[in-house]
Amino acid sequence: MTTQVNQDLTYIKIGTLEDFRERMGRVIRLKQKEIAVFLTTDGTLYALDNRSPHRRGGPLAEGMVSGHFVLDPLYDWKIALDSGQVQAPDSGLVQTYPLKVEGKNVQMGLTLEQARQLGLE
Amino acid sequence: MGAIRQKLVLIGNGMAGVNTLEHILKLSPEQYDITVFGSEPHPNYNRIMLSYVLEGSKTIDDIILNSWAWYEEHHITLHTGTTITAIDTQQKIVFADNGLTAAYDRLIIATGSNPIILPVPGHQKQGVVGFRDIADCSVMLETAKQYRNAAVIGGGLLGLEAAKGLLNLGMNVTVIHLMADLMERQLDTSASAMLKAELERQGLHFLMEKQTAEIYGGERVEGLTFSDGTKLESDFIVMAAGIRPNTALASASGLEVKRGIVVDDYMQTSAEGVYAVGECAEHRGVCYGLVAPLFEQGAVLAKQLCGVQTKPYEGTQVSTKLKISGVDVFSTGVFLDQPELTVIRKQDDWKQQYKKLLLKENTIVGGVLYGDVSDSSRIQQWVREGAAMTEAIYAELMGAAGTALSAADRVAQMADDEIVCGCNGVSKGSIVKAIKDNSLTSVDEVKACTGAGRSCGGCVPTVSHLLQYVLGDEYAGQKTKTGICGCTSLSRDEIVATIKEKHLTTVKEVMHVLEWHNPEGCSKCRPAVNYYLGMLWPQEHEDEKDSRFVNERMNANIQKDGTYTVVPRMYGGVTTPQDLKKIADVAVKYDVKMVKVTGGQRLDLIGVAKEDLPLVWEELDMPSGYAYAKALRTVKTCVGQQFCRFGTQDSIGMGIRLEKTFERIDMPAKFKMAVNGCPRNCAESCTKDIGIVGNDGGWEMFVGGNGGIKPRIAELLCKVKTDEELVQMVGAFTQYYRLTANYLERTSEWVERVGIEAIKAEVVDNMDRRRELYQDILAALAELKEPWSTALEEQRESSYLFDAIQMK
Repeated sequence: MTTQVNQDLTYIKIGTLEDFRERMGRVIRLKQKEIAVFLTTDGTLYALDNRSPHRRGGPLAEGMVSGHFVLDPLYDWKIALDSGQVQAPDSGLVQTYPLKVEGKNVQMGLTLEQARQLGLE
Repeated sequence: MGAIRQKLVLIGNGMAGVNTLEHILKLSPEQYDITVFGSEPHPNYNRIMLSYVLEGSKTIDDIILNSWAWYEEHHITLHTGTTITAIDTQQKIVFADNGLTAAYDRLIIATGSNPIILPVPGHQKQGVVGFRDIADCSVMLETAKQYRNAAVIGGGLLGLEAAKGLLNLGMNVTVIHLMADLMERQLDTSASAMLKAELERQGLHFLMEKQTAEIYGGERVEGLTFSDGTKLESDFIVMAAGIRPNTALASASGLEVKRGIVVDDYMQTSAEGVYAVGECAEHRGVCYGLVAPLFEQGAVLAKQLCGVQTKPYEGTQVSTKLKISGVDVFSTGVFLDQPELTVIRKQDDWKQQYKKLLLKENTIVGGVLYGDVSDSSRIQQWVREGAAMTEAIYAELMGAAGTALSAADRVAQMADDEIVCGCNGVSKGSIVKAIKDNSLTSVDEVKACTGAGRSCGGCVPTVSHLLQYVLGDEYAGQKTKTGICGCTSLSRDEIVATIKEKHLTTVKEVMHVLEWHNPEGCSKCRPAVNYYLGMLWPQEHEDEKDSRFVNERMNANIQKDGTYTVVPRMYGGVTTPQDLKKIADVAVKYDVKMVKVTGGQRLDLIGVAKEDLPLVWEELDMPSGYAYAKALRTVKTCVGQQFCRFGTQDSIGMGIRLEKTFERIDMPAKFKMAVNGCPRNCAESCTKDIGIVGNDGGWEMFVGGNGGIKPRIAELLCKVKTDEELVQMVGAFTQYYRLTANYLERTSEWVERVGIEAIKAEVVDNMDRRRELYQDILAALAELKEPWSTALEEQRESSYLFDAIQMK
């Protein structure tokens, strides 16, 4: 996978800090898309597509969170929250989104392409 | 990457082609734009498992290997219900029956096989099908509802599985076979005879050495006439006389075709850039009709297409395993006696076992097993390696005293590249690596991790032996110094003792104080520690939702699509017309996908959206049935004394009382009970964690039964005279189990580990201890609240668990 450099990002507000609980994922619904947001014990927030890369799919938000990983609630895959990388021996990748916190507001970054797909321009 | 992607087209959306794509996506995900054409209207499914769909143990959905979403995720264009009719190998374009065309740089043909439909007069009549795909399966399921007599033409692997399926569907089934022996292409006469006898015992009829001359009837078939003039009446005929590689498209497009599409050792056909894989291909003169070779071919082809160095494909040593319940058959290599071969044979009609090994000048060239197929992988290996016969092998196989190899030794001798799981193409090497790299300790974990054993389950014994081989004494509950999971080296008892001694009260605290290697634990230890805390400190422990599995966190069972199943309590399996009406109204209002009667005498509302859960609970206004929990599920009852002419006790009343008394409390694992009013055992007490049987003078209490993966018959714990004594005994037994079992250990395993005598000493013989245990469980029960109404109260304050944040 190539990393995107100097991508212009559009930031949208997805909630406030009170909206998220430690180690308990929450779903954000954007049009037809679901994003799972996780708050880890050290206070970091992560956002990923709410969809397991397992070939039978399924949600991720209800998975147990351990350190900086989420454990797929249906198939027990271990997925890194920062990169979306499924840990060996399973393989796969979940789309992740950058988040930034300003004051109490939590904002999620989308590339122009992603924003366009969601009709958010 | 930057480079323009090349175009890869796959004709045939089945196991062989899509398995090749999976390999390609692993090796080089960015290399190709992939387009797939499939004639059937479905995504890729597991054809081997159609037999299970037929017998009803699986649904079509269960056998889908790659969902629509999988194609989407990998940006694969999928055209289902579309048949390719021509390939222009010069212009490199394929043409479909609906006018679609697609250009390719590389083309894979994976068109599989067609069932051979015998061209006898009348073969086009209604009620004649092959047994090849989901459509055939659906016809069979429909037919079984309306008609009674079925005939299956062909006594090979496929025919027997189809026949068994139809028999399970309640039809009267006759198998017609041209030869004198069933499965004559895999078995010798002796093994065939044993197989036939067993299948007759199961209810199939056979007509051997019969050739079908004509199918007679009106528009629909009414029966068959054989070449000897005899007839058989039949409303439905399944042709399972064999398969033929589906080569029409390749022939018409000018590719070299003999029996199958001719390919070289890299799966390339006679046309440049065109490859064939699976049953449609002919490699070194052989067309395969089994699943294992497809995986080997697919792996070679994928490497070839991704420019990765690969050994050529040199053919597959095929072997056959028939999976029909109660019948284990295996054969490989040369299996028929011939004058130039030496045959070692052992037939045991009492145990219904048969073993045979064939030697050519002392080299092992083939073998047959019936009844006990545990030597199958060894024989396969000997044949593949051309092993020489030795005294040691003889002793091992023929069971000379004291020399038989243990199962673990047997798997130790398997080659690393040997395929253990034929359904998913998983080798011994990858299973062993997965066990070592991820500290796996159970068959289920190996399943989840590698896919081995996920489909037909036939390889589960071998997987279990591999665990034993890798882990040695640590496997199968041998008490050596191993942690409860990979996150800690402490045992369950050490953890529980420290929690007590240091009075630890939260999961985080336990992991911190006990210096877990993985500071926040995993899906094994988090729920376990949460359970131990609740068990030890019933009054003060705050349940930690973030350490609960999804089902327990949500108080509902998650389904694979992310919707949930809701199961309200129906104490003792008894309901009222008002409650039924309420359940029906809710099911209609929330557009529930299915209402199903469970095995535990209540109703499943399947397919409720997550955000609707609180609304459904509120409208039902019934207690949770805990169908998702490691807790008491349901107490199954028979009709009993209230109505039944045989009933000696009020089993319904007792069932309701027990369910109301012991519901909600967390247990180490799910917990099932049953109460019978007489020894006829209509509520199946013998396979429950606690099974109660009434008789004229009181109750008998059986424990440790299980009807699950490892069925076990419950053992008698005690007999009591009064209802009060029974309830106390149930409470004491349950509490003793809660205190001493490992998390996720069912009573069936626990009773075996601890021993029924030790449990009797604690619960039955020692009156003081019994009372104390009973008081303890009552105290813990008093702390509990009904979870659905509690969730509704919390929901009024915060809808955190159920509602998504909706963005405008």
